[in-house]
Amino acid sequence: MTAPVETASSYRAAEQAARASYGKLVAILAARNRDIAAAEDALSDALLAALRVWPKTGVPGNPDAWLLTAARNRQRNDHRAVQVRRFAEPEVARRLELPEPDEALVDSRLALMFVAAHPAIDPATRAPLILQTVLGISAARIARAFLVDAQAMSQRLVRAKSRIRDAGLRFGVPEPEDRSERLEAVLDAIYAAFGQGWDSLDAPENPDGLTGEAIWLARLLVATMPDEPEPKGLLALMLYCDARRLARRDAEGRFVPLDRQDARLWNRDHIIEAENLLTAASQSGRFGRYQCEAAIQSVHVQRPVTGRLNLTALRTLYDLLVSRSDSLGARIGRAVVIAEAGAPLEALAELDALPADRMQDHQPWWVARGRIAALAGRREEASTALRTAVSLTEDEAVRHYLLAVLDDANNVFDERG
Amino acid sequence: MQFMLILNETTDDFEQRNDPARAEAYWGGWNAFIAAMGQAGIIVKGDGLQGPQLATTLRIRDGKRTVEDGPFAETKEQLGGYFVVEVPSLDEALDWASKAPCVLTGSVEVRPVLPPMPTPGR
Repeated sequence: MTAPVETASSYRAAEQAARASYGKLVAILAARNRDIAAAEDALSDALLAALRVWPKTGVPGNPDAWLLTAARNRQRNDHRAVQVRRFAEPEVARRLELPEPDEALVDSRLALMFVAAHPAIDPATRAPLILQTVLGISAARIARAFLVDAQAMSQRLVRAKSRIRDAGLRFGVPEPEDRSERLEAVLDAIYAAFGQGWDSLDAPENPDGLTGEAIWLARLLVATMPDEPEPKGLLALMLYCDARRLARRDAEGRFVPLDRQDARLWNRDHIIEAENLLTAASQSGRFGRYQCEAAIQSVHVQRPVTGRLNLTALRTLYDLLVSRSDSLGARIGRAVVIAEAGAPLEALAELDALPADRMQDHQPWWVARGRIAALAGRREEASTALRTAVSLTEDEAVRHYLLAVLDDANNVFDERG
Repeated sequence: MQFMLILNETTDDFEQRNDPARAEAYWGGWNAFIAAMGQAGIIVKGDGLQGPQLATTLRIRDGKRTVEDGPFAETKEQLGGYFVVEVPSLDEALDWASKAPCVLTGSVEVRPVLPPMPTPGR
């Protein structure tokens, strides 16, 4: 047990340890009766107890075991809660050092991911469900990431949880013949989790929370499914992005776009690992969305080596990506490449063909539109798009960067007269 | 856990039952399916049903009783039979459902059976 130094920091240590355990413990608690909502209730009580006790006693050596015991007591004793609550805390204290094998924690989390990705669960809900139950992300944050109304997302999650409890879905990793379909939903959720962590990267209280979890989950999938290429593709993709972490900000904390980053700041180990993963994945002969996205990152990483960005390769890869997974992100990315390669008008048409109602609050679309309109020499449109992008940007550093781009664009046009 | 396999058949499926050229294959398929479930020991209960042309539908509205011949709604698929099976989870129930002959033409709806109601007064 660690001795507490002072209350504020010990409270924070308690809070971080408690949050880190969340998903693992929901998985274990729900595995018995498939009741995710009840598991979350039991766990939130245990978390409250931890936040009360740990700042005084220090974070226990095995916080997972502590929380699990507390939550199980709560689950077991729900119906006779009153008299038991008095005895629960000494019982918890007695079992404090109870070891809980990490392997069991890991497997339960995998099982929870796969039950959430079950074919009997609405496809649009699978990824959010994994994010909430395994990673403990709130419905509101998930809703923002998935461009969905928060209330609707919350209802969807509640419905899915009752379905898992009542419709008899099996908790466990699926048999090999069912794996690839369900694996796709699991991979999508892990990548969404990575995106969430990436966006909040600069929040001081959460230095690398979800990106680390996402990479960890992908490593777990790669290790447990060595014959599947797509987990390798996803892990490679996230490692390429994570390799550039330090290069995304300059010494003054300003945002640095990919094409101006100092490649010496990139994490070489990550990049080498990613390249190896991509090679290993390609040996399966089964190409997929995540291998494609990783290959796009690989092209960007080669820029400092070859001295130029290979736009032809990028265009081919984006065409493949759009044909495989017709996502908004893929279409926006392809439009930018088309514009950079010298066809900004074609690119504008591509952007404008995307559903307007979903694009009006989608920051990457406005950033792309600003860039492409500027390349097309359409000053007014570029300025309008960039201003909208700025208003949709939460990250302070990115907002300053976009404002600088906006200034530059106006100056360039002024010089041209 | 108990699930009901609700076996929905098409008009053509029902016609096969009495078509001399096709009846043997039709019944053979069902017999094999039911025998496999029986061998696995999962059947709690189950029946095949006569076709929808023999259905009679009753309604009472505002105390007035109406009886109609035929099923309650004309749809592409009609209930042809049901089985209640005892299996560990939905996954196994779906595996069995995928072996029902009508899954290729009509559909199989799989639903968990309600647990027994709590007895009042206890």
